[in-house]
Amino acid sequence: MRKSWLAAATLSASLVSGIAAANELTLYSGRGESFVQPIVNQFERDTGIKVNVRYGDTAQLALLLQEEGTRTRADLYWGQDAGAMGSLAKDGLLATLPSRVYDDLPAIYTSRTGQWVAASGRARVLTYSTERVNAADLPSSVFELTDPKYKGRLAVPPTNGGFQAFVTAMRVQHGDERTLEWLKGIRANEPVIFRNNTTSVQGIADGDVDFAIVNSYYLPRFVNADPNYPVAQTFFAAGDIGNLVNVAGIGVLAPSRNKDNAVRFIEYLLSQSAQQYFTSVINEYPVTPGVISNPVLTDLSELLVLAPEIDLDELADLPGTLRLLRDAGLM
Amino acid sequence: MTSSLALLTGSTTRRRPTLWVLVPAIVVTLCMLIPVVYLFVRAAQADVAEALDLILRQRNLDLLRNTLALTFGVLAFTTLMALPMAWLVTRTDLRWRRIVTVLAVVPLAVPGYVMAYALLGIGGNYGALARLFNIYISNIHGYWGAVAALSLYTYPYIFLNVRSALLGLDSDLEESARSLGYGRLAIARHILLPHLTPALLAGYLVVGLYVLGDFGAVALMRYEAFSYAIFNQYSGAFDRIYAAWLSIMLLALAMSFVFMEVLLVKRRRLNSVGSGSQRPAPRAKLGKLAPLAWLYVTVVVLLSVGLPVAMLSYWLLLSPPDLSVFQQVPMTFLRSASAALPAAVLAAAMALPICYLSIRHPSRLSRFMERTVYIGYALPPLTLALAMVFFALHTAFFLYQTLALLIFSWALATLALATGPIRSALIQSRPNLEEAANALGYSPAATFFHVLLPRLKQGILAAIALVFLFCMKELPITFLLAPTGFNTLAVTVFSRTSEGMMAEAAPFAAAIVLFSSLSVGMILHREKNL
Repeated sequence: MRKSWLAAATLSASLVSGIAAANELTLYSGRGESFVQPIVNQFERDTGIKVNVRYGDTAQLALLLQEEGTRTRADLYWGQDAGAMGSLAKDGLLATLPSRVYDDLPAIYTSRTGQWVAASGRARVLTYSTERVNAADLPSSVFELTDPKYKGRLAVPPTNGGFQAFVTAMRVQHGDERTLEWLKGIRANEPVIFRNNTTSVQGIADGDVDFAIVNSYYLPRFVNADPNYPVAQTFFAAGDIGNLVNVAGIGVLAPSRNKDNAVRFIEYLLSQSAQQYFTSVINEYPVTPGVISNPVLTDLSELLVLAPEIDLDELADLPGTLRLLRDAGLM
Repeated sequence: MTSSLALLTGSTTRRRPTLWVLVPAIVVTLCMLIPVVYLFVRAAQADVAEALDLILRQRNLDLLRNTLALTFGVLAFTTLMALPMAWLVTRTDLRWRRIVTVLAVVPLAVPGYVMAYALLGIGGNYGALARLFNIYISNIHGYWGAVAALSLYTYPYIFLNVRSALLGLDSDLEESARSLGYGRLAIARHILLPHLTPALLAGYLVVGLYVLGDFGAVALMRYEAFSYAIFNQYSGAFDRIYAAWLSIMLLALAMSFVFMEVLLVKRRRLNSVGSGSQRPAPRAKLGKLAPLAWLYVTVVVLLSVGLPVAMLSYWLLLSPPDLSVFQQVPMTFLRSASAALPAAVLAAAMALPICYLSIRHPSRLSRFMERTVYIGYALPPLTLALAMVFFALHTAFFLYQTLALLIFSWALATLALATGPIRSALIQSRPNLEEAANALGYSPAATFFHVLLPRLKQGILAAIALVFLFCMKELPITFLLAPTGFNTLAVTVFSRTSEGMMAEAAPFAAAIVLFSSLSVGMILHREKNL
């Protein structure tokens, strides 16, 4: 089934590749190379369009794009969270996409202005050590993590885009004051600072920390490699901001001179095979229907019950979140 | 006419340098000032209140304390590793001295972040020891982790310096001291140590500046030093103004190291005149102490060379990556080398006029020019890279994210490394031949290509090898300045390891270590005394 689809895609692509062969796209990716490069390679094979990828952190690249302004050489930006997408859209750096790209997507997976779309969905989860944590120690709210019993046991990646978007969501739901208070409480609880989600999960396995709040798709990769990996993940109580469901978004830069090919790349990400890849290989949630679900993941319907209600378009104030993180002494 | 007069009198100091040398030297000096100027322009964009707020944060004080503690910790450990090692290979009858010497220099080929990952990989509940042998030791990180990682790969700088100082030391001095009835300890205290101090200090400067600028090992060990804070401001917040202020503080710290070394060495050099005799110093018999010496050598070599090699093999064998991963290695290596080699040649070419001017035409101006080359080395690589990003974005956009900018920035960062060997080669080649060529009617260009260049060949090659080695391992400058999609070996290793893909990173790390070892070999090969 999937094979024949791929074959059809390759065939149709090879028909147009004669025209597109000379074309190149520049993609700024706030997502890691291991997630992005396989799909980019597949796109290059199928379309003959070369894609140069600049990898970095989500906030770093979003702010680099703001620094570059209209002179940017980037055609596409693929961010780890809706917040970074919103902040670029607000500054007028993203082009409006043709509506055929997002017409079929559920409303929560596109921006209202049509400037970016979600490529995949993910949830925030609490990962913990199966060796040193028992069920009674699992908090029901992310706010409980400031409790002294978690002192020195929590991993925090303040420079990570997913973490920053989660803080922005907390600000949207609970206000700046309560968020700052929480951040200061976390800081006072002497968290261990990690660079990103992967290293946070590894920190639990290595015994450096017992808990981490990360995106849902990091742990399955380790468990796939080793079924006895000593880390598990869970959700907070239903509706808690700690269970934020976020998306990885992609948009076309307004100054791009390769908009048609850039849109093609986005449509490629929304294709059945790419969505199946995100679901089965990366352990994320698909944004289009008809994808065979991944048995490792909590069912999407269950997830939607657990998730807090947040309008992803509201997660745009990245600078405000960075200010709070700094005020709390976490950056 | 003037040149033949100079030939007769043997004096060169009065002659004015030709424009052929002066103009390039001035251009090089101006290039060196680009990052500094941009740093200050950026920092000045904060208004006074904001600037004060940024400078006077308690956090900066913590960073300063952490950074100093790290530097002194590393200097102490590198001394403990390098000093006895250098003495063993130069002054004792230790067997296989050549092999030990090579093994003591090879850690230079191991990038700091690889050393840090190797250290992080052994311990921990999920580390190599736990999984292979069920041995549970807690993971090394933070201060001691950073000290260990940095010491293990920087100690060869001190070893090399002390070793050549010991080789060059006038053995007659020790002999006459012995004949006057001085004991071994007294000789060590009164003769060896004072004469080794300049070499030690020079080594300390190189290592100290390295420690200030390193961000790979420090970031992986999660130790909050200045360079790590600058990286966080950049990667998490892209805050150019705060990053600029942090950079200026770090630059001030680095320059204070440079001046401290100048002051200390000036005082010492007064009593270390004389170039040393050709007679090799007598070697102490180790006798019963030999097993102890071997134990020491084994521990140091196992930690600094054995550990990274063992961990790279462990990751490769634990879950062998796809063949396609290995197939990328040659291309990535060629990509790295295609940028590192031009940078090495450029750095050597930029070093030439500066060295020539300061040795053949010593003056206040040429001395100033010679010191400016240290700016590039003293600037932490990350700071230099940030300055060049802003320079390109706002002043020279045509250079932005081009290979040319990467090569140029690498050359700026390594100019000081390149001047060392070229300078000593110039000192060894006397000016008479050049003057004779001038007098015989050779044009300055012809003199340069037919007379000077052949005699500097060895020095220039050594400079190229040193810079090449630096660039192959270099991370922060590459990270920020490389063209989009231009993934070097170093960037590939760093991005994969930070995603926990050890096995996929290992072949690339192995390639760095292998090819860097070759350039280390080239540097050592030049020496007769090995």
